[in-house]
Amino acid sequence: MTTLAKHARSAPPQPGAPKPRGGYRRLGDLKIALFFIAPAMIGFIFFYVVPTIRGVYLSFTEYNILGDPTWVGMDNYSAIAKDPLFWNSLAVTGQYVFLNIVLQTALALGLALLMHKVAKSTLIRGALLLPWMMSNVIAALLWFWMLDYQIGVVNQFIEWAGLPRVAFFGSEEWAIPTQALINTWRHMGYTALLIFAGMQAIPGHIYEVAKLDGASPFQTFRKITIPLLRPVLVLVLVVTVIGSFQVFDTVSVTTGGGPVNATRVIQYYIYQRAFTESDFGYGSAIAVILFLILALVAFIQMKFLKGNESDLD
Amino acid sequence: MTTTTSRAPLQAATRRRRPFNPRRAGAWALLALAIAVSVVPFLWVLRTALSTNSALASNSASLLPAEFTFGAFMRVFGLQSPADAVAEGGSGAAIDFWLYLKNSIIFSSITTAGAVFFSAMAAYAFARLRWKGRNVVFGLFLGTMLVPPIFTALPNFLLIKNLDLLNTMLGMVLPYVFMTPFAIFFLRQFFLNMSREVEEAAMLDGAKHLRIFFQIVLPNAAAPLATLALLTFIGQWNEYFWPLLVGSQDDVRVLQVGLGVFKSQSPQGAPDWSGLMAAVLVSALPILILFAAFGKKIVNSIGFSGIK
Repeated sequence: MTTLAKHARSAPPQPGAPKPRGGYRRLGDLKIALFFIAPAMIGFIFFYVVPTIRGVYLSFTEYNILGDPTWVGMDNYSAIAKDPLFWNSLAVTGQYVFLNIVLQTALALGLALLMHKVAKSTLIRGALLLPWMMSNVIAALLWFWMLDYQIGVVNQFIEWAGLPRVAFFGSEEWAIPTQALINTWRHMGYTALLIFAGMQAIPGHIYEVAKLDGASPFQTFRKITIPLLRPVLVLVLVVTVIGSFQVFDTVSVTTGGGPVNATRVIQYYIYQRAFTESDFGYGSAIAVILFLILALVAFIQMKFLKGNESDLD
Repeated sequence: MTTTTSRAPLQAATRRRRPFNPRRAGAWALLALAIAVSVVPFLWVLRTALSTNSALASNSASLLPAEFTFGAFMRVFGLQSPADAVAEGGSGAAIDFWLYLKNSIIFSSITTAGAVFFSAMAAYAFARLRWKGRNVVFGLFLGTMLVPPIFTALPNFLLIKNLDLLNTMLGMVLPYVFMTPFAIFFLRQFFLNMSREVEEAAMLDGAKHLRIFFQIVLPNAAAPLATLALLTFIGQWNEYFWPLLVGSQDDVRVLQVGLGVFKSQSPQGAPDWSGLMAAVLVSALPILILFAAFGKKIVNSIGFSGIK
């Protein structure tokens, strides 16, 4: 890569290259910019803008793929308001999101602090990042095996500890916490690295002053580290909440929404309505609601926690 | 960068001074525990993959493989006859591993190459060219990061279906291949910070934007381009939802979807655990190899990519 770069820098000017024409400058770079942006623009319009508009339109229709969508106005939305399965999926997702935020942020903050204080080695950071590199499917299958009721190693240890075996995926009260634990396992190291990077950015002299003033480590953490980390923490919270609202892969591979409705999260419910029951209008309407929830969450978090401003500036 | 410069003196100072500090030892123990939680499951998967299914039940906690065999891996690679598989306690479920591997490689490579290259073009226009409406358009592009993938997935599925591209590689690749908002954002940051001098010198010599882009900008951004390609490839390799919707048939099915199918093929009573874990390991292998080769790059990019 360095050789390539050097080559380019030392490339001799082509003697025969055409000179820029007069009118070209006056137009600014608009023409050439359009050329450079064209492929991305195609992707942007056809796979982001049009689907967004079409998604909203579909949510006001009844559409089973065969034939044309029929306009039904607010029917889907009023049906959703009375749909116990929707409210259940919202509650289940909320439980999952809450567990994720608490577990993931607390563990990641602790890990980041450990890395910051005792070991910054790339090897350690790499080891912690390993689960994040794996797909949700692999994380799910791996834990599906380790948490198996009959011969899973975790239940083996639980039994040795003299406790009753846990049906991690099979019991209604454990199904969602288990999904949250799997996700926490996968993302804990990544989140810790984000927070760690934020800690690295805090200038050392602030800590020195605090030490001279006789602040205890806990006081320093509470009064300096946490406030100065706020932009990073807000980002982590936004990413975690928005990401966990869209949980699908692990549920799809392990429990498939069960037992009963215990893990039928919003995205899984959308998937079921749209793809297994061919009810695209209804599925789209739930997707619109999910979209609105996510936008609201991001807005509140940014406003409330003032994520854009850094105390370091 | 900042870590490497500040690390050395700091460690030397703190390590030499205190011979034993219980708090520090405790901190190390906690860190070791976290590392174990992250890494040990993979060893357990390996141990399972090297066991026979029939021995797993009676030997559920020994650290070594129960009845050591490569049978599960052979099964995944399609080298074991169904009769042998059943003899080792397999369920007889099969996975067309080589086909799914090929599909995964094609899917991830095409989307990564396309997204990185076209996003680089767009990022160049956003960072180095002056044109009216530039910031508005960039803002709109960034806005797409806020749209949840499930929301666009439904209409995108219908579009691919209308184009008659369901269960084709083209249909699977199209939504990703032109750009990803993150890639454009990521590269724009680097292009903004490049020095204008080389570019202007080339411009005076009559070079056009296309040549500047290919001969100056791209080579100088080789490192961020490689990092982005790496992160994109890993993300695409791990993609599940879209390939599940569009590529559910065998000839375009990718590994992630194949794993799910393989798992659901085994009856609830006795899943082919060792076969499944062997498949899990082999599916993760490309990522593990990338990680071994470029781990440092990936680790160091996290701070940047996340904080933005």
